[in-house]
Amino acid sequence: MSDVYIAGIDMIKFGRYPDKTPALLGAEAVLGALDDAGLTIKDVQSVYSGCVFNTMNGQKILQQVGAFGIPVTNLSNACATGATAVRDAWMAIRTGDYDVVLAVGVEQMTGMGMLGGSRASPIPTEGLMGSASMPATFAEAGMEYAAKHGATFENFANVAVKNHHHSTLNPKAMLQKETPLEMVMGAEMIAYPNTKFMCSINVDGAAAAILVSERKARELGLGRAVRIRASALASDPWQDRNPQMPDINSATRLSAQKAYEMSGIDPADLDLVELHDCFATAELLHYENLQLCSEGEAVRMLEDGETTMGGRIPVNLSGGLLSKGHPIAATGVANLYEICTHLRGEAGQRQQPGAKIGLAHVVGLGTCSAVHILEKA
Amino acid sequence: MTETEPAHPLPATPFIKVEQTGAAHLEFPRCTVCGAFSLETNRIACGKCGARDSFSLHHPATMRGILHSYSIVHRSFPDVAVPFISAIVDMDDGPSLKGNLRGIAPDPGSISLGMAVNVVLDDALNRKDDQGNHYVSHFFEPVTATQELET
Repeated sequence: MSDVYIAGIDMIKFGRYPDKTPALLGAEAVLGALDDAGLTIKDVQSVYSGCVFNTMNGQKILQQVGAFGIPVTNLSNACATGATAVRDAWMAIRTGDYDVVLAVGVEQMTGMGMLGGSRASPIPTEGLMGSASMPATFAEAGMEYAAKHGATFENFANVAVKNHHHSTLNPKAMLQKETPLEMVMGAEMIAYPNTKFMCSINVDGAAAAILVSERKARELGLGRAVRIRASALASDPWQDRNPQMPDINSATRLSAQKAYEMSGIDPADLDLVELHDCFATAELLHYENLQLCSEGEAVRMLEDGETTMGGRIPVNLSGGLLSKGHPIAATGVANLYEICTHLRGEAGQRQQPGAKIGLAHVVGLGTCSAVHILEKA
Repeated sequence: MTETEPAHPLPATPFIKVEQTGAAHLEFPRCTVCGAFSLETNRIACGKCGARDSFSLHHPATMRGILHSYSIVHRSFPDVAVPFISAIVDMDDGPSLKGNLRGIAPDPGSISLGMAVNVVLDDALNRKDDQGNHYVSHFFEPVTATQELET
């Protein structure tokens, strides 16, 4: 089975683009990724396109950049949509049928407001049977952890301080703004313990990756190529509290374990991690879910600065979803872009020195998780 | 007004049953093979063990439970009154439920994870459907000191 490489990858600056269509946003990312790989759309043999809020976006993107009748699969997997597109592209190349496959994720979210679900009832259930909003759902996941390991509101707030600090050095992030602890804790409380600065931002965004077979990678030259050492996807096994309380931990634990086994890479070998900080309360849980530290050690790891720029294993140098923004289906490709940028030594002022191996993680509520481990070729 | 209001409220969720007398109680399908509870009434197989047609109805012997997690919601969807406490409760003899925790200040200083609560059934905050029907929903309330002594 062929090894799979990322030959080109790009993301647009996440932000507000009310005058552009999702297809146009996707087209910009696709052309960026093609240029990065030194290929044209005519070299692409198959497409996996992720978008949660629009249908048939893959074809619409090709109609913007060149449509030649190749297979297009449109897919939706909540916040893991982009990473699932990458994984499907990875599998397509491993079959041996394709040498060049495009994975793209796009979302246009400006004006969408707070996301969340509702329950089966003849009357509105929000505020009657608790809350199904995303900020409250992830606050409850954080409070479960707090009860177990003693994390405080201030600890969770420090996640946001760190990630907003990182994004001041990322020109493609939605925000470039320092948010000191008192600003984070004093901001509008959305769902305790998540204040406004502890919630990811709904933005417009797109990101695309060109995956190639080993043969094609060698033909193009391995100079800037990034090897996919593991691509793992898991769903949440049965939980007694599910779906009253969605389980954001199990799927991540399963996908991470699978990715470490697949790659033979140990968590201690990672130089940087981009993980799914959709809310500040989630990040600490994932330190343990991804085996970056042992059980109950996440607060110490954060407060000792181990996951801050310059620390032992920086987490979310891009600014994370909290600050870079979280265009649902683009997120899973964009965090691979961040890892690749560091592995290529092209991350500018936020560069993780000597980065060789990085891990990218997403969680899609409902629930699924994808983990990719990348290595400099 | 030509419509007359029904004598009894309707259940706001499938696991609440309202008797002809108007009394409401909880009722959960439970897998007879593995013991998993379901909050849905139409089950054809068990999501935990995969057994088919294995559900029978379980009526909790107690309405007590333990507060497993919560969030104090200050901003919700449009037109929803805030603040309120969204809580997850593990019933002592039933599944975990999500609902509003009431009868306690919406302040992290007054809420303790692991505290004992009662599951109560009450009017669904005067929310009605477009036919004007009333509904009954579930809520959580702290177990009082007097109630603790009684048990």
